[in-house]
Amino acid sequence: MGINYLYPDFEVHRDREKCITCRVCERQCANEVHSYDAESNRMVSDDTKCVNCHRCVSLCPTHALKIVKTNHGFKDNANWKGDVIQDIYRQADSGGVLLASMGTPKDYPVYWDKMLINASQVTNPSIDPLREPMETKTFLGQKSSKIRRDENGKLITKTDPQLALNIPIMFSAMSYGSISYNAHKSLALAAQKLGIFYNTGEGGLHEDFYQYGKNTIVQVASGRFGVHPEYLNAGAAIEIKMGQGAKPGIGGHLPGSKIGEDISKTRMIPEHADAISPAPHHDIYSIEDLRQLVYTLKEATAYTKPIIVKVAAVHNISAIASGIARSGADIIAIDGFRGGTGAAPARTRDNVGIPIELALASVDTRLRQEGIRNNVSLVVGGSIRSSADVIKAIALGADAIYIATSALLALGCHLCRTCQSGKCNWGIATQRPELVKRLNPEVGSERLVNLITAWNHEIKEMMGGMGINSIEALRGNRLMLRGIGLNETELQILGIAHAGQ
Amino acid sequence: MHYVIVGNSIASVGCIESIRKIDQTGTISVIGDEPHPCYSRPLISYLLENKTTEEKMTYRNDAFYEQNNVKLMLGKRVQAINTETKQLSIDDGSLVDYDKLLIATGSCPFIPPMKNLESVKNRFTFMTLDDAKNLEKVLTKESRVLIIGAGLIGLKCAEGIRDRVKTITVVDLASRVLVSILDEAGSSLVEKKLISEGITCILGDSVKEFVNSDALLTSGRVVGFDVLVLAVGVRPNVSLVKEAGGEVNRAILIDETCQTSLADVYAAGDCSESIDCITNERKVLAILPNAYMQGETAGRNMAGEDAFFDKAMAMNAIGFFGLHVITAGIYQGSDKLFTTESGYKRLFVQDGKLVGYILIGDTINRAGIYTSLVRNKTDLATIDFDLISEEPLLMAFAKKERAHKLGDAQ
Amino acid sequence: MKRVYVNEQWCLGCHLCEYYCAYANSGQESMVKALKDRTINPRIKVEEKNGISFAVNCRHCNEPLCVKSCIAGALSQVDGLIVIDASKCVGCYSCIMACPYGALMPNEEGVMQKCELCTTNTHGKPACVQGCPNKAIVFEER
Repeated sequence: MGINYLYPDFEVHRDREKCITCRVCERQCANEVHSYDAESNRMVSDDTKCVNCHRCVSLCPTHALKIVKTNHGFKDNANWKGDVIQDIYRQADSGGVLLASMGTPKDYPVYWDKMLINASQVTNPSIDPLREPMETKTFLGQKSSKIRRDENGKLITKTDPQLALNIPIMFSAMSYGSISYNAHKSLALAAQKLGIFYNTGEGGLHEDFYQYGKNTIVQVASGRFGVHPEYLNAGAAIEIKMGQGAKPGIGGHLPGSKIGEDISKTRMIPEHADAISPAPHHDIYSIEDLRQLVYTLKEATAYTKPIIVKVAAVHNISAIASGIARSGADIIAIDGFRGGTGAAPARTRDNVGIPIELALASVDTRLRQEGIRNNVSLVVGGSIRSSADVIKAIALGADAIYIATSALLALGCHLCRTCQSGKCNWGIATQRPELVKRLNPEVGSERLVNLITAWNHEIKEMMGGMGINSIEALRGNRLMLRGIGLNETELQILGIAHAGQ
Repeated sequence: MHYVIVGNSIASVGCIESIRKIDQTGTISVIGDEPHPCYSRPLISYLLENKTTEEKMTYRNDAFYEQNNVKLMLGKRVQAINTETKQLSIDDGSLVDYDKLLIATGSCPFIPPMKNLESVKNRFTFMTLDDAKNLEKVLTKESRVLIIGAGLIGLKCAEGIRDRVKTITVVDLASRVLVSILDEAGSSLVEKKLISEGITCILGDSVKEFVNSDALLTSGRVVGFDVLVLAVGVRPNVSLVKEAGGEVNRAILIDETCQTSLADVYAAGDCSESIDCITNERKVLAILPNAYMQGETAGRNMAGEDAFFDKAMAMNAIGFFGLHVITAGIYQGSDKLFTTESGYKRLFVQDGKLVGYILIGDTINRAGIYTSLVRNKTDLATIDFDLISEEPLLMAFAKKERAHKLGDAQ
Repeated sequence: MKRVYVNEQWCLGCHLCEYYCAYANSGQESMVKALKDRTINPRIKVEEKNGISFAVNCRHCNEPLCVKSCIAGALSQVDGLIVIDASKCVGCYSCIMACPYGALMPNEEGVMQKCELCTTNTHGKPACVQGCPNKAIVFEER
């Protein structure tokens, strides 16, 4: 039809003085935005196709390109904002559910940015991380609350299985299918190098990556993709995915176009058919059922691997967590509503779930109140964006942090939020071989290692500033935090005082 | 160990460089009859064209002989080899001992019998630097130059002097130019180019006799001239080896180690006759790259290492007023022809191998890729021959082969 | 000796190596000034077909056929690196005939040019290696 409701969101601005017509923008745009006009010997751009992924901008050798948000807009309206209007146009066009990728961009409060960290002065000296040892190593798993001795009176030191982390950060679940082979390889190599873990997500484990098993957490999700005995025993821990922060209450979705031979083999599903995971695990309808699955997995792996249960942060998360802590699980992973996704219905992603900061604080408080905090370790994720967020999360009670969006950014992602199209220009959220090639795992893993190493240094700096020299002493140490611009209720849930108090 | 080299051109330098890689202490003596530092003969036409200078056209820099500890004896001619005493007798009366000897005497111009040739005052050959300098002395803007021979030397001479003279006429008995290296289509393209650059070509004809400043041709045509250049052909300088009892055919016969039939005597360059690796027949391959590599091989064998050069083949890279021609191998078997605006490409395939090619014009790009197919006798079934015949690409080789060519340690 | 190696597994066929090469050898400080409105003639060239791509430049062979074929002695090997003395080159194309990698080509002045590992321009380190966005081109010893 000859009528355009949707004006292109972005404009490609090319500085004609600087452009040397090298055509790298044309060669590297999978959305075919740029092309070369031989007649005029100039590059031309089709703004309608631009998704603002910055591939062309990043490669242009003379910095001739920039992508600008269009200033074409609707009349100012605090209620009917432009993107809300456009969503209606889209649905009137397609009649379909709006799909979206990555974490919600909506303007909800970011509690990380409303908490401040302490520093030592005068009464309690700070520690210089360059001169004194700082311990960022941590162990995830059930911690026994009693000291036990054998018949000879010797201490029994055997513990439940633990995950040893050099740094309290792990790479969160991203399935092979939503992201590429090379992205997985980068994560696996980096996890190995750093002495931390990465997560297979619900796509199964590719046979080439079994060699990194010691640094792998294998996930068992509702679709049970790729789950078989060797898979369970290949990893260092098993994670039961009950929910995901970006889309609580529903299952995963991988469009059929992204399912080629390799994905089909790894997930054990037919090629080119949409892979939609069911909302619940169809064998878990109660907390007792969860306990049963936890122990089934422990049996299958001879009790050698910790079991993680991953849930989305929702309204009664503390009650849920309490139930999980009594189910025999070793670790609870909580995923906040800001978490990313390869593809999810936009409305669910933008309106369902609660912030991880509040969920974490309330879960940690509740478990301590019930005296079962030591039953489990807490791992949190859902938009941890910097080492400061990590410090705040640990101070609120987390044992370790899951990051995913931050990891993808390190690999080159520019948060254009078009993963669901499968044409990721950075080789991350795509299965097209000519695009996957763009992510060289040697480069990708090095960038991930750099990121985590940098965060680790910053964590030590901030810890030293607080006068703390080990992560254990920071964990749950709410006194190290103060709120700023938070109301009474928020301060109470977070369990922190206001700055100045 | 005394190494002695007769000849001070390309093969000689190749020999010196490879001896010195192995043996830094043995003495090397070079005896050359030209009183110049080693220069490359093909450059004399470029000298006249002002594309190079006498200094720049030396093959190696001034310090070369000193750095390589070479005793130079220039302006001297070797008269005989005594293989029993292992001595050379020089025209100044001295004797030079040798343990290993390389004969790199090159060739000399062939002067065909022509009636009254001796009466032509300004007659020149076009082989050596001195030839070029002598020719230059007599050329003026009014000169009418007659060149006998439309082969490589004759035409390069024409190109070199074109801007210095009034007219140039080239005469050859053959029906077309460059008959030794090109096919009809190629000769025709080159001839057209020469004519467009003001050079008159008279083919299928020859000089019957010279009368004053006129050349009477067999066809009856008369060509007036002021300067005569004879570029009919060359004769390999074989006398030293022949008189010493060595086997000689059209040139000095050598095996793959570049040794002659005489013990401890080697030969290399235009004076030698080796095996053409494509035809497996004896052939004089008077091409500069072959000369260097033969000299190099001889040097290694002389210094005690085992070396052989079994990849000698015909090849030529030559250009006339911007029209470039590159040819290699033999023109047999079935051929693939690609015509372009400026020229063409012709590839010759026999027994599943590329045995030769002719490239003229813009098709000369990356010609070396084709040369390597011919030289290595690559089985064309192992590569994408359709692809590579359209465009010389390493892509045509299999993935493993590419990784080996481009990725392996040298 | 370190050489430039191209790993075809990571080459994206983006051609940036060619542009950085042309810029490095242009003698200009500004890439825009060096390359705007010019057809480039780089010393490293990308071959691409059917989804495979890789760039080819001089291998600096241990047994350099180009050096042995040069009629002017313009090509020489110095500590493994093969360089051209452009003032000696007469543009006969013998080296083009000889090089099995097709790594030599005429420049704008009609004399030969080839990769010299950026040792003869102001860049010092090979520009193609620095410009490759996917670490497909490396500079190492093998």
